[in-house]
Amino acid sequence: MREVSRWFSRNLIRIYAALAFIYLFIPVAYTMAFSFNDSGKRNLIWQGFTLKNWANPCGAPEVCTALGNSLKIGVISTLIATILGTMIAFALGRYNFRGRSSTNLIIFLPMATPEIVLGASLLAMFLNLGINPGFWPTVIAHIMFCISFVVVTVKARVASLDPKLEEAARDLYANEYQTFRRVTFPLVLPGIAAAALLAFSLSFDDFIITNFNSGTVTTFPKFVWISSARGVPAQANVIGSAMFLIALIIVVAGQFAGNARAKRNR
Amino acid sequence: MPYLLLLPGMLWLIIFFILPLVNLAETSTKTRAASQETGEFIQTWRFANYLDAFKEYQPQFTRSFIYALLATLLALAIAYPLAYAIAFKSGKYKNILLILVIAPFFTSFLLRTIAWKQILGAEGPVVFVLRSLHLIGPDTTITATSFAVVMGMTYNFLPFMTLPIYASLDRIDPRLLEASGDLYSNGVTTFRKVTFPLSMPGVVAGTLLTFIPAAGDYVNAAILGNPTTKMIGNVIDSRFFRIVDYPTAAALSFTLMATILILVTIYIRRSGTDELV
Repeated sequence: MREVSRWFSRNLIRIYAALAFIYLFIPVAYTMAFSFNDSGKRNLIWQGFTLKNWANPCGAPEVCTALGNSLKIGVISTLIATILGTMIAFALGRYNFRGRSSTNLIIFLPMATPEIVLGASLLAMFLNLGINPGFWPTVIAHIMFCISFVVVTVKARVASLDPKLEEAARDLYANEYQTFRRVTFPLVLPGIAAAALLAFSLSFDDFIITNFNSGTVTTFPKFVWISSARGVPAQANVIGSAMFLIALIIVVAGQFAGNARAKRNR
Repeated sequence: MPYLLLLPGMLWLIIFFILPLVNLAETSTKTRAASQETGEFIQTWRFANYLDAFKEYQPQFTRSFIYALLATLLALAIAYPLAYAIAFKSGKYKNILLILVIAPFFTSFLLRTIAWKQILGAEGPVVFVLRSLHLIGPDTTITATSFAVVMGMTYNFLPFMTLPIYASLDRIDPRLLEASGDLYSNGVTTFRKVTFPLSMPGVVAGTLLTFIPAAGDYVNAAILGNPTTKMIGNVIDSRFFRIVDYPTAAALSFTLMATILILVTIYIRRSGTDELV
């Protein structure tokens, strides 16, 4: 008995962490399980196992249109936000200039503003200008809130660069462009990739700002929200589960690639 | 050179973030046009809009901040030990565990919140078990309560709390902890005097990343709550879309943002961390 209690107290924090992980994954497991539910339109009660939702993920009306919109908005916003944010990150990480602190403030503020304020203020401006909410206003909004997160992520990477590596390149007669192309950029690239991944997941999963600015255009989160009044169709669970698996594979593969590279370089 | 790099991104933020806020401020003092047409407002510089809005929705305001505070504290209580275990007790599984913290993000948060609604709902497994054990009466529910709303927010923002705390714990030089042990402090003293103070930047960042979105959230309250758990986000949303009362929505948005900024500034000052970005 003493043994048991000693094991318990020594592993208390591990048990606690395991419980926290269970808490994190209960709704994920539930969503996945109910993607196999042989339900009608309302996916609320377990009716039996089926693969037909996975075989036909577009079976529910509108669900794939919404998914397509989310992917399009996500890709365009990620691309632009990553470029704009990376440029700012380099400026902040590399140069001392006047207006630095106000720049920092303008980067910080969107992250400290509740999404509902971001969404409502942008919509109010669009309406004042006579611009109807829709696909492009949503893209504009997504780029706006993704930029700050890209800046923060990339800046950390730029700041952690060893300046000696760039000095070495210059000593070897590389000009500024070559130094950037062959040394600086490849070293910062993992940070840019992480920032892009973050931007895409923020954009793809955004509901509040999208709901304000998308008008009649439906994204995947908006589809889930609208259908939740009547019961979300199992196809939405299929798409949610598939996104989960795809993202997990990408992240794990990236991890392995990183490990392999680290081993090679050692 | 730095200005050229800054220009496009900063222009984007100025046009699509700062200007809308200015426009929102301007909208907040308008009043309904005499024509009574929906969506028509004229500028009258009526600052009393703020007072009216605050008076009318003071309960929702207070509730938003109480819920956000509770969710932040709960998330901290769950995330800190979790981050600690990953940083110090996970050995070679560290990276896998970190991925697992972010992984739930990849399923849409709305799907996960709706999953909670069904898990905790009247026909769900939790209520069934509790009722069979006679721990709750046949009419007691878990969903449509403030408990469910706070639980949902705690859940949704947990990774935002865990990751920064982990990052600051992971940066701690293990030699500092050894040194503290060598100086005959026990585990508790080491944690109190060395580990915890060094993890403060992570705690500050994590609590902000949880509190700010939680205070403005309306999704959890809409899915897991009931009409008496409405938060300020729900009010702004319905003022905007259902009632088309832009000035009130704008005044409420501004009050929310200002309150958050004031609280955040005080908090950052008091916790002594300045570099946030």
